[in-house]
Amino acid sequence: MSVADVPAKAIEGRSPGRIAWMRLKRDKVALTGGVVVIFLILVAVFAPQIVSLLGHPPNEFHEDLIDPDLGTPIGSFGGVSSDFLLGVEPTNGRDVFSRILYGARISLIVAFLAAFVSVVIGSLLGALAGFLGGWVDGVISRLMDLLLAFPQLLFTIALVSVVPNSLMGLEGSSVRMAVLILVIGFFGWPYIGRIVRGQTMSLREREYVEAARSLGAGRGYILIKELLPNLVAPILVYSTLIIPTNILTEAALSFLGAGVKPPTASWGKMLSDAIPIYQDDPMYMVVPGITIFITVLAFNLFGDGLRDALDPKGS
Amino acid sequence: MNETGAQTGAPRAAEASGASAAEEPLLKVTGLVKHFPINKGLLRRQSGAVKAVDGIDFDVRRGETLGIVGESGCGKSTMGRLITRLLEPSSGKVEFEGKDITHLGVAGMRPLRRDVQMIFQDPYGSLNPRHTVGTIVGAPFKLQKVTPEGGVKAEVQRLLSLVGLNPEHYNRYPHEFSGGQRQRIGIARALALKPKLVVADEPVSALDVSIQAQVVNLLDDLQEELGLTYVIIAHDLSVIRHVSDRIAVMYLGKIVELADRKSLYEAPMHPYTTALMSAVPVPDPRRRGAKSGRILLKGDVPSPISPPSGCRFHTRCWKATELCTTQEPPLVALKTGHQVACHHPENAPDQAPGDKALPGAAEAVETPTL
Ligand SMILES: Nc1ncnc2c1ncn2[C@@H]1O[C@H](COP(=O)(O)OP(=O)(O)OP(=O)(O)O)[C@@H](O)[C@H]1O
Ligand code: SF4
Ligand SMILES: [Mg+2]
Repeated sequence: MSVADVPAKAIEGRSPGRIAWMRLKRDKVALTGGVVVIFLILVAVFAPQIVSLLGHPPNEFHEDLIDPDLGTPIGSFGGVSSDFLLGVEPTNGRDVFSRILYGARISLIVAFLAAFVSVVIGSLLGALAGFLGGWVDGVISRLMDLLLAFPQLLFTIALVSVVPNSLMGLEGSSVRMAVLILVIGFFGWPYIGRIVRGQTMSLREREYVEAARSLGAGRGYILIKELLPNLVAPILVYSTLIIPTNILTEAALSFLGAGVKPPTASWGKMLSDAIPIYQDDPMYMVVPGITIFITVLAFNLFGDGLRDALDPKGS
Repeated sequence: MNETGAQTGAPRAAEASGASAAEEPLLKVTGLVKHFPINKGLLRRQSGAVKAVDGIDFDVRRGETLGIVGESGCGKSTMGRLITRLLEPSSGKVEFEGKDITHLGVAGMRPLRRDVQMIFQDPYGSLNPRHTVGTIVGAPFKLQKVTPEGGVKAEVQRLLSLVGLNPEHYNRYPHEFSGGQRQRIGIARALALKPKLVVADEPVSALDVSIQAQVVNLLDDLQEELGLTYVIIAHDLSVIRHVSDRIAVMYLGKIVELADRKSLYEAPMHPYTTALMSAVPVPDPRRRGAKSGRILLKGDVPSPISPPSGCRFHTRCWKATELCTTQEPPLVALKTGHQVACHHPENAPDQAPGDKALPGAAEAVETPTL
């Protein structure tokens, strides 16, 4: 690539970020994933408005729509109608559409905030371990090994069962959510930590770090000005890839009864409620199942595309 | 840095008039050693050491270009990073303008960083891909907290044009430049603070052969313009033969020969230097008469973890004798401006005549006739 023959006007450099964006725009699959992700976020944010337009309050009972003998919704496909877009719940007839939307809020809030917790702890400790090496690295690496080997699910279930109903000004489902965020976030940081540690170790050996040192740069400058800008891409990629994992973990915990408290809507809880009656009302299981599947898939496709786009070796 | 050496001002004149004692060298290295410990096992006990640099002495005179050559792994880069104090010596002494800098810390070295700069080998690895050229070339001012006349931006643009780049490319990123252009950016960065000494570690070995000469010539021009002193490291003689005033030949962490360029080319004394010179693809017509044919060293360079006893070159030397295996030859001047560490040098009187040749020494090399 020659620069000399480019017209003088085009002097604005194409930053690595802009190049990644251009690559991402060409990747249709990742872009689709990204659009779905944005759509899901918007749906979660505006759930109350959408529900007031197209549905019924999530905790409102509609027992008139339930077959009193079977306990299943009247009508085909779990009671789907123009009034109840995704049908109604068995037994009490709550609007599945609005419960899916409100469930999205729980899922995404827990997944994003837990990812945030993981990223903050993981980036900080990973970068320190990789940069400082020696005993600091030894301690942090052993801690990561320990946490990765820890039976996270069992621990969380046990913890949730002993957490009081109100804690530090929070109550009910909020307490549960805070606990979920902290626990999922805490057990997730070693995944980010390992990647950041490895990246930092390899970046630290680059000649531009030597060059900065030969100009009199101290450790702080090297870590913040030279290494950190190169760590942003991997951190971004693994944050988007840890979010779907968190969504699944939250769903699993709710499924096992360690999620938010009823009547708060949650995808995992809906699935676990649907299991005993799936033969009579398959729709009630299919809807949250597909929702979780699409959400996780969209995040993963977007994350993979982001990784490819940010890969310096890519074309 | 010039062909004849005649117009090199101060150092040559000083030497000729015998006033070298008064002329303090810019950099003085005495008994420099760097051993990298090897830690093995669960307890990370030290089980040995890579003797990367193992006791070297030399001076760098003001205004000269000192070339350092040697095969891969002989400790050239380690030496370069020791004298720029990117590494701390295990022992020995490094003095810059008479000041002992051997064990200065980051803070202690900071003011000296203006005077000693480094040009790196890898034009891709030595520039941060996330920084613009402006940030990269402007970093020295920021780190040293100096504001050049007319501001950082104007000065960066001046430096870019000084090294032959378009000053308008201030906002571009390293990946938008070719290897040669990137190396020029590295040179601009090294020269930003108007250093006195520039250590260039294989500055062109990663570049296309066609571009190598351009970059070497740029370094040469800049030396004249800015009055720089260079230490240029290379793995063969082809790059530095024309630009060096003096050349040091390294083998396994030691300097085995250190001589004025002319003296070295006309009459190399160390067998290893002879071998290196015969490996240079362009045959020197003057040398051809003296000894024809190429010398191909056989065997690998021994490990710097346990270097051979006595003369380190004895495992590959065709002149090796029993003395060579037991006694290390000291680096001594056998002629004005020509030091060598060998018991049985070429082009000079034998230092230990009558010693028994090592069996098989003569087969240590191949000398195919041209
Ligand atoms: N940080 C380090 N830790 C351990 N060993 C090292 C380190 N740096 C260099 N070495 C070893 O020291 C020896 C000399 O290395 P050095 O890089 O100085 O050689 P070189 O002459 O520059 O070689 P090249 O031509 O390949 O650049 C090698 O054996 C190398 O493996
Ligand atoms: S001292 Fe002996 S082994 Fe070493 S270079 Fe001279 S002749 Fe060869
Ligand atoms: Mg090297």
